[in-house]
Parts: sequence; C-alpha cells; structure tokens
Amino acid sequence: MEALIFYVLGAVTVISAVCVIFLRRPLHNVLFMILTMIGLAGLFILLNAEFVAMVQLIVYAGAVMVLFLFVIMLLNLDQLTASGGPRAMRWWIGIALAVGLVVLLFPIIRAFVPAAGQGALTGGAVQGLSNTEIIAKELFTTYLLPFEIASVLLLAAIIGAVVLARKKL
Amino acid sequence: MVTLQHYLILSAVLFCLGIVGVMFRRNLIVILMSLELMLNAVNLTFIAFSRYLDSIEGQIFVLFIMVVAAAEVAVGLAVAVAIFRESGSIDVNNVNLMKW
Repeated sequence: MEALIFYVLGAVTVISAVCVIFLRRPLHNVLFMILTMIGLAGLFILLNAEFVAMVQLIVYAGAVMVLFLFVIMLLNLDQLTASGGPRAMRWWIGIALAVGLVVLLFPIIRAFVPAAGQGALTGGAVQGLSNTEIIAKELFTTYLLPFEIASVLLLAAIIGAVVLARKKL
Repeated sequence: MVTLQHYLILSAVLFCLGIVGVMFRRNLIVILMSLELMLNAVNLTFIAFSRYLDSIEGQIFVLFIMVVAAAEVAVGLAVAVAIFRESGSIDVNNVNLMKW
C-alpha cells in the first residue's frame, strides 16, 4: 500500500516537474509547480514528517508560488485572455468543487485526535510525541542560534527585495 | 516495500529536472522556479534520510532550507522586476552587459 502511494505521488511530482520546465506560458509553469509542491508534501507525509509537509504547503505552495504569480501578473508576462463560455456553468463547477472538498476533508476533521501516536525520530526510545513536538524540542534548544539567524536572514531578504524593486535605483 | 533508494532516485530525478530547467530555459521566472525545484529535491533527500536514519536533524535542516529558499526567491524576483524595468523583457540573453 505504501509502495502504491509512493509511486502515484512520485509520478505526479515528476510529471508536474516536467511540465514546469517544458511548458511555454509562465502561468502554466507556476500552476504545475504548485502541483509539484503538493506532491512533495504528500511524500513528506508518507515519510512521517507531517509538520514539514504542512510548512511546505504553507510556505512553498501558499507563499512562494503566489509571489511568482504576483510578479508574472505585475509584469504582464503572460497574455491573459478571459475564458469564453457561460458564466453560470463556472459558478456551478466552483460550488461543486467546494462541496467535494468539504466532503473529502470532513472525515479527517472529524477524526482529529490531538498529539498521541508518532514514534520518536530522535534515535531513542519511543516516546509517543508528535512530529511537531519532536521538531520543537530540537529546534528551540539545540538549534536556537540558527533559528534566530534565520530571522535576521529574512529581514535582510525583505530589505533587499524592497530596495531592488524600487522605481528609482 | 519502499526503501531509501526509491526516495533518493526520485529526488535525483527532480534535481536533474531542475538543472535542465536552469540550463535550457531563457525565461527568468522559469529559471527561478527550476531553482526552487532543485531545492525541493534536496528537501526530499533530507527528509528521506531523517526517516531512514531515525534522526530529526534532517527535518530541522529542511526548515532552514525553506527559509533560505523563500528569501532567495523574494530577492530573485525583485531582481527580475528590476531587469524587466530596464530592458522590457526577462529574457536572460539580454542580461549581457558584463560579457566581454
């Protein structure tokens, strides 16, 4: 079963990556990149790294790719054409997809049990901590200095991006 | 049975696809996206090793890689915007002022 999920997710990721590189319109590249990120997040969950998978979805698929979309639309790099077809049809498709998503997520939300379950990855005995707790235990004690330096790095990146994208250089 | 080698091969394939994208595309946005693909392939390697060697350091390092990648994308896209303002396109063949 795990092998089947691995091959399906791997195929989705690799095919999306090929589409990212070889398609012509930048918007299509970004959308397939988002699909690649989702495939990779699935692979992370398969590897018992749920926290990193969620961070991947939030940071990469939710922030970095949206940043790409902003830049593509800001610079008008892709000729956007409004799609034809009746508007009512798109409303119904949207509503059907939203309802389908709720139906898909409902058993997961209902079965949510906080903490419990995961075997520890710290190479020691099984402590029953979740992946998030294990990461937090290491990140905020042993790796506290790199964590703080990472925030300084983000500050430098913010300043750099604002300076570089100003109108008057 | 999925072994470590499966994940390593998948990650190597993604990394090579990223390299192909960086080398053979002229659109700066797609080059930056291929760079992100390479970083994600490395993330997959780290997480696979973290699982199969039973150590959490791999996942912590992945968090730091994500921080660096996000910062690099922000600055890279700012550079792309500046290039677009100067030359009107983001074709990397136009960025040749330092060519001898």
